[in-house]
Amino acid sequence: MSETSISMKITLSINGTQHESEVPVYRTLVDFLRYDLGLTGTKETCSVGVCGACTVIMNGEMVASCITLAVKADGAEIQTIEGLAQDGQLHPIQKSFINYGGFQCGACTPGQIMAAKALLDINPHPKEEEIREWMMGNLCRCTGYYQIVESITKAISEAQ
Amino acid sequence: MRSFEFHAPETIIRASELLAMYGDEAKLMSGGTALTTMMKQSLVQPKHLVSLHRLKECREIKLEGEELKVGALATYRQIEMSDLVKTHAPLLTSTYSQVATVRIRNAATIGGGLAHADPAQDPQPALLAIGAQVRLVSSAGERLIPLEDFLVDYYETDLRPDELIAEVIVSTKPRFSKGVYLKYLPRTQDDYATVSVAALGTLKDGLVQDVRVALGSIGPIPIRAKVVEDSLVGLPITDELLEEASNLVADMVDPLDDARGSAEYKRAMAVVFTKRALRKVFGND
Repeated sequence: MSETSISMKITLSINGTQHESEVPVYRTLVDFLRYDLGLTGTKETCSVGVCGACTVIMNGEMVASCITLAVKADGAEIQTIEGLAQDGQLHPIQKSFINYGGFQCGACTPGQIMAAKALLDINPHPKEEEIREWMMGNLCRCTGYYQIVESITKAISEAQ
Repeated sequence: MRSFEFHAPETIIRASELLAMYGDEAKLMSGGTALTTMMKQSLVQPKHLVSLHRLKECREIKLEGEELKVGALATYRQIEMSDLVKTHAPLLTSTYSQVATVRIRNAATIGGGLAHADPAQDPQPALLAIGAQVRLVSSAGERLIPLEDFLVDYYETDLRPDELIAEVIVSTKPRFSKGVYLKYLPRTQDDYATVSVAALGTLKDGLVQDVRVALGSIGPIPIRAKVVEDSLVGLPITDELLEEASNLVADMVDPLDDARGSAEYKRAMAVVFTKRALRKVFGND
C-alpha cells in the first residue's frame, strides 16, 4: 500500500465479515458505515465526539466513529449494532433495553447499547456506579437515564 | 470536511521528513479527537495530513531507573489503566481518568494532547506539577525540554515545524506523600474545566517539606504557581497559611470570559480551588 493518497483501499472486518473498499481519505468511519455500506444503525448526532450516538467498538475498544477517519480503521475489527443479534436472536442487552424501557425516541440507543457492550466485554459485573461513570458520555435527550442504567443492570443480573 | 493528501508514515523520522517537506500545509494527527473535530468544522484545513496510526514506536509506558517514560502515542486510557503509572505517578492516573469520556480516552494520546495545547486541557497542570519533560524528535536530531518551556501560548507550543513529541518523561523522585487534581465542573462531568488545580505535597515533622501547585484553564497556558509553593515550604500547615498562599493565585492568573464563567469568576474560583487542593494534599480536608 502506498504511503500517500487522496483515496485509499482499506480492508477491515465489520461484524465478522471482511470488507475491502476504496474510500476518500476524508471519509469518517460513521459515514463509511452508513453511506458506503448501508449500515445505518450507527447514528451521527453531535458530530464532534461528545454525545456517544455514533459509538462503535474498534479492536475491542469503543470509539466515536464521527471523529475517526475510515482510513484509520484499515486492518481493524469493527463491531456495530447490526452485529449484535445472532441467529435471529437479539443480544441480551438489546432485549433488556426493550424489556426495561431503555429508550424513547431511539436516536441514542445504538450508541448506548454498543457502549454498554464495550463495558460488559471487559467488565462483566460492573457496579452501578461503574456503569454510570462509563455511560456518562452517552447522551439521551429524552432523559431516559434511569431506564438505561436499569436495562444494563438487568441485562447483567438476568444473564447470571 | 475538505479533502487532503493523506500520509501514513511508519517511523517518526519519516513523519518528520514529511512535516519538513510540506511545512505549514501539513498537520500531524495522532488520536485525532481534537484535529478531526476542527477539520469537520473547517477551523483547520490542512492540505496534507500526516497520521501516526501506523507507527509502532512511541506507544510504550516504561520505567527506566528513576524515570517513567510515556511514549507520545500512549492513549489517555492506557495511562489511566497502567500499573506502572499508578505506582510511580498516581497523580497522572487520577488526572487522566478525569478527562472527557472513556470513548475519547481510548483515542486521545499524551503527545497529541500536549501538541494541541488548549489551555483548558486536564493533563498539563498535573504534568507541570510533576515536573514533566518532553523529548522532541526531528530528522535533524532531538532535544529534551521541560514542559514549562514547551507551552507557549493559546494552541501554541515550542515544537518546530518538523518536530514531533516522542516521549513524556516524569521523574519518580522526589516521591510526594499525596497528590490531587481538582477540576471545577459546573456544567457536565465530561466538560473542560472552568478552572483546574494540580497539587503535590509532602509534610515532614509537621512542616511542609515539598509542594507543587499548577493551574489550568486560567489563561493562555497552564502555569506552575511557584510563588504559592515558596510561601508554604518550611512552615506548619494552618488554615490561615493555606488561605494566604491560595490568595496569591489571584494575581498570577489571566482568564478569559467564556461560557464557563467570567474572567472575574474564574479568578475567584482559581483561589478557591487552589485552597481546596492544598487542603486535600495536606490533610485538612
